Formats: sequence, C-alpha cells, structure tokens
Amino acid sequence: MSVRAAPMVRRVEPSSQPGVTHAPEPTRALDADSRRWLEELRGEGVVRDEAVARLHELLLRAARFETGRRKASHPHLRGDIDEIAQEAADDALLSVLSRLDDFRGLSRFTTWAYKFALYQASVKVRRRAWQGREIPVEDEAWSVLSSAGLEPDQEAEQSELLAAIQTGIAQALTPHQRRVLVALALNGVPIDVLAERLQTTRGALYKSLHDARRKLRAYLADAGHAVGEPLEEVS
Amino acid sequence: MTEQDESERVVARVLGPEGPEVSCETCFEELDRYVELELAGVDADAAIPGLRAHLEGCPACHDDHESLLSLVASDALPAE
Repeated sequence: MSVRAAPMVRRVEPSSQPGVTHAPEPTRALDADSRRWLEELRGEGVVRDEAVARLHELLLRAARFETGRRKASHPHLRGDIDEIAQEAADDALLSVLSRLDDFRGLSRFTTWAYKFALYQASVKVRRRAWQGREIPVEDEAWSVLSSAGLEPDQEAEQSELLAAIQTGIAQALTPHQRRVLVALALNGVPIDVLAERLQTTRGALYKSLHDARRKLRAYLADAGHAVGEPLEEVS
Repeated sequence: MTEQDESERVVARVLGPEGPEVSCETCFEELDRYVELELAGVDADAAIPGLRAHLEGCPACHDDHESLLSLVASDALPAE
C-alpha cells in the first residue's frame, strides 16, 4: 500500500463562512453500523486489522465506482484506471483513519468514508488526463467569448454583456485572478489540475475564482448591466 | 445547442452563482450529510445554505456530489 498525502482539503467550520447562515446541526445518535465501524477502527489487534481491511475494500469499491464513471470520457486512460482506483483507495484509507475524530455522525459512516475515495479518484483521473498537456493560454479564451457571440438579429443586450465581460476581465482583475478565471471558467481546465500546476489547493484556487467573479460582477454593475446581487465573500 | 444557449452558458460559467456560497472545504465537509438529506427527501438546501450555490459554481465539487449521490442511492458498487 503506498503512502500518500491526505486530500488537499482541510476542515473549515461552517460558521466561518461570511454571508452563509448554517442551521444548527441536528443531534443524531450514531446508527449501529457506524458505531461498530468506529469501535473496531479504534480497537486493537486483529479486530482493528480486520476493520481496516474491510474499510480498504469499501474504499476500493467506491474508487472503482468513480473511475468507472469517468473512463468513458477518458478512453486513453483505460489501461490506468485500476491503478488509479488502487492509489485512490490507499490514499483515502489514510485520510479516513487520520480523521476518524472528525466524523460527526451526521451521515452514515460509510457515506462519510465514500467521499474520501470518490474525491481521491476524481482528482487522480483529472490529473492523469491532463498529464503533459499545456494549460490553455489566455488568448484562446477570447475566441471562446467571441464564438459565443450572437447573430445580428439576436439581442444586442447579450452581445453588449459579452463585450463588457471581456473588457472587465482585461481591466478589473489582477493578473492572477484573470489567469484563474480564464483557465477554469472559459478554458475548462479542471481546478485540481490548475491547483497542481500553481502549487496551491482547490480551496485556495476557488477563493481566487470567487474573488474574480465578484469583481467582475461589480464592474458589470457599475457599467449598467443587471447581473444579480453582488457575491458574498468566501473564506 | 443554439448560440443563445452557448452565450448564456459562457456568461453563467464566468459569473458563477448568485448569492452566498460555501467554500470547497466546507462543501467537502458537509457533502455526506447533504446527500443523505437529499435522499431522505429533506430540504437539504435549507439545512446547509450555500452548498447548492457552490455546486453550481464549482465543477469539481459538482462532480463529487453527483458521484456520491449516485453511489449512495444505488449502492450498486462493482464487485471486486
């Protein structure tokens, strides 16, 4: 079993999200199956070893579920799919075991554990699919916006909005925000792939994307376009 | 897809969801609870405000949600 880093996710308390009001978490007694998982994984000797082996099996099945969903859209990865699932299950196992105390019992234990395997598998598939590929340069994005333009007989308002977006991207954003927005929102670069290239995390990159969107909306509102409410900040 | 649809899709991708949304970290933290609430027919959006908006704005978290929902709903994991 390979030893890999835990997922690039960290716990952020919901209450730390400005603008987002969370309902009080319901108190919920652990179901019998979840309680048994926790007891055995926190146990010792053979009991723990067998529970860890069952957990790895569960995570491997979840990882294969995810890679199975993705392989149709990545036919060139077909030969690597099982290796990716194995690695994802190994990494997910380490994450789950190191975060047992984070399990709050607000879902079944197996649902909670599944998400680690799905996360690892989806990230690995996206990264493997983009291995060796260049991140599209900014110029390509302008053509995406241009090609999305309307026919002459269509609404001028939408064409003006597209033009304003183009100007706003060029003028209102920092170079980093522009790069992130263009790569993620226009050129379809997966966020995990860009995070890896920029040596940052999905969360940090999404924060940059959110900031860029917020500034762009403010720019468009100032220019007289109706683009909805200003976005709240994401921390 | 018409050019109008494509145009609106591009604008939606660039501007993202309206209103408050949670971060990727909070989305991951809450995703299992959210999915089980959805499958139980409970108003998951009321219980965890801002998560649905995040799923609309973050394709990667959207994929993770789709997968977890599908996996838990079907429990049809491939046999080893």
